[in-house]
Amino acid sequence: MSQIAFLGAIEVGLLFALVALGVYLSFRVLQFPDLTVDGSFPLGAAVCASLIVVEVNPYLASLAAALAGACAGIVTAWLNVRLKILHLLASILTMIALYSINLRIMGRPNIALLGETTVFTPLEALGEVVGLPTYVLLPIALFGLVILVKLALDWFLNSEVGLAMRATGVNPRMARAQGIHTNRYILGGMALSNALVALAGALFAQSQGAADVTLGVGVIVVGLAAVIGGEAVMTTATVFRATLACIIGSILYRLAVAGALNADMLGLKAQDLNLITAVLVTLAMVLPGVRMPFRGKRKGGMTS
Amino acid sequence: MIAKRMGFAAMAAAVSLGFSTLSVAADKHVAITQIVEHPALDAVRKGIKDVLAEAGYVEGKSLKWSYESAQGNTATAAQIAKKFVGDAPDVIVAIATPSAQTVVASTKTIPVVFSAITDPIGAKLVSNMAHPGKNVTGFTDLSPIAAHMALVKRVMPTAKRLGVISNPGEVNSVSLVTLIEAEAPKAGMSVVLAAATKSGEVLAAARSLVGKVDAIYIPTDNTVISAFEAVVKVGNEAGIPVLAGDTDSVKRGAVAAAGFNYYDIGRQTGQMVVKILKGANPGDMAVEGNAMTDLYLNMKSAKAQGVTLSDALISEAKDIIR
Repeated sequence: MSQIAFLGAIEVGLLFALVALGVYLSFRVLQFPDLTVDGSFPLGAAVCASLIVVEVNPYLASLAAALAGACAGIVTAWLNVRLKILHLLASILTMIALYSINLRIMGRPNIALLGETTVFTPLEALGEVVGLPTYVLLPIALFGLVILVKLALDWFLNSEVGLAMRATGVNPRMARAQGIHTNRYILGGMALSNALVALAGALFAQSQGAADVTLGVGVIVVGLAAVIGGEAVMTTATVFRATLACIIGSILYRLAVAGALNADMLGLKAQDLNLITAVLVTLAMVLPGVRMPFRGKRKGGMTS
Repeated sequence: MIAKRMGFAAMAAAVSLGFSTLSVAADKHVAITQIVEHPALDAVRKGIKDVLAEAGYVEGKSLKWSYESAQGNTATAAQIAKKFVGDAPDVIVAIATPSAQTVVASTKTIPVVFSAITDPIGAKLVSNMAHPGKNVTGFTDLSPIAAHMALVKRVMPTAKRLGVISNPGEVNSVSLVTLIEAEAPKAGMSVVLAAATKSGEVLAAARSLVGKVDAIYIPTDNTVISAFEAVVKVGNEAGIPVLAGDTDSVKRGAVAAAGFNYYDIGRQTGQMVVKILKGANPGDMAVEGNAMTDLYLNMKSAKAQGVTLSDALISEAKDIIR
């Protein structure tokens, strides 16, 4: 594996770490299996790219993408809590609707951003100053951003509002008995979750040169693999560790893909890629005692 | 504890598979990436490979040939692009828009040849078709839509309403549909569109056209071509002639098509790759397009779909399936 391929895997892993954090919020904190992300990831890319090509500041465009994602999350949550549609179906409805909405937003299936000014453009100028290529600086910048988002999320989930949100997921009946408006927290949590996913989509489009309506294919699968894979390699007794596990899980998943791309000497071919990726992720998760290297003493349940 | 370490070691070993890649004694290295396995895109790849072999670049002997498919996932396509840039081959070939965009975003120095892209300027792969200028050039598969509309009228002179099935999520098809909407009225036809976002929706889309159209034209749309038999089935049942943008579809039941097939596109792309391997600068090479106009006919389908092909048409055909 070349250095560029390795750093490329870290880069994509960090981008999808934002997806994993979003999926962690819906899937683990709120216990709301949410397939909306397959639509909100390309939604973020679509909104961001559409704005950038009409000369909107890329930072504003990325922010707008996150807000659009939040709206998508609210729609799913609203379908569930107000219209009483089963959470899984509610999220599927939003997801398929978003396919058409994304086409409407972009006006076509693909908006190229090659050569446009993006949030990553300053890195090229910086690279010339410090003498490092963009493919090194990009993962470093993303690492900073992802850690920032992670710490903000940790702080939030340990705040009073965050604790109420966690209570909503763990035991809604009990939470309501404590005077928590669970519906509000589901709406807010789903908004936050999908905002993170849409932000990831916006950043992905900017770093990879295009927003495409097919970007969303399999995003939920990758997000879930990162969350569950992360939980497999380290204990997640605290929020701090759980969110860290999401990031590690996401990077490991991308390293598995990069490893699979380099598996040609075993007589494996291009068409085996997804199979090899699945095998590598499975190996990481089920080998006896794989739950380890960062393991702390097991604590009962999730505390902070 | 030991078992625990083993798990992590296995992961690490698995991940580091590629740190020792197989080394082939090769003069040139061509790396090719495509977004998904698909008959049209696979045909392009085969065409490229055949031309390289004819020019003396034989895989495993004088050529190192790396091929990866993203299996439909754009994030994987991005990683493939990074891997190829890291491997620093002589030429990277990218088939279909998402793969080409991720490659072009990842390198400004390694020569890139794209193929099977309908609108290279819209996809921002090049800014000038005649003189791309940078490290990128390629081959566009834009169909000669005006000629195809004329062919529809020759196959069915009474056609007034033309049905078109396409995937609104495919950037190539959207470009073609825009052209069809501009060209069909000039040939005296109105356009009725039907959308299929997945191969599984093609049959329903084709059925929705029955009674509303006199002929059906299928552009080079990856989704619809994947389920082309479904369109033919409806055409045969309802007696509506089906025409296609690529000549391969004639074997699969289209009554007529004129122009190219994807293997030809691959062969012509391959010739561009050979030029670059021999030292040409991609920035100086114009983006090329299809020049072929061969006519293919299918008599069985003509009968099933209720049209009589004129003798003039039959005498022009390069190949007739009976």
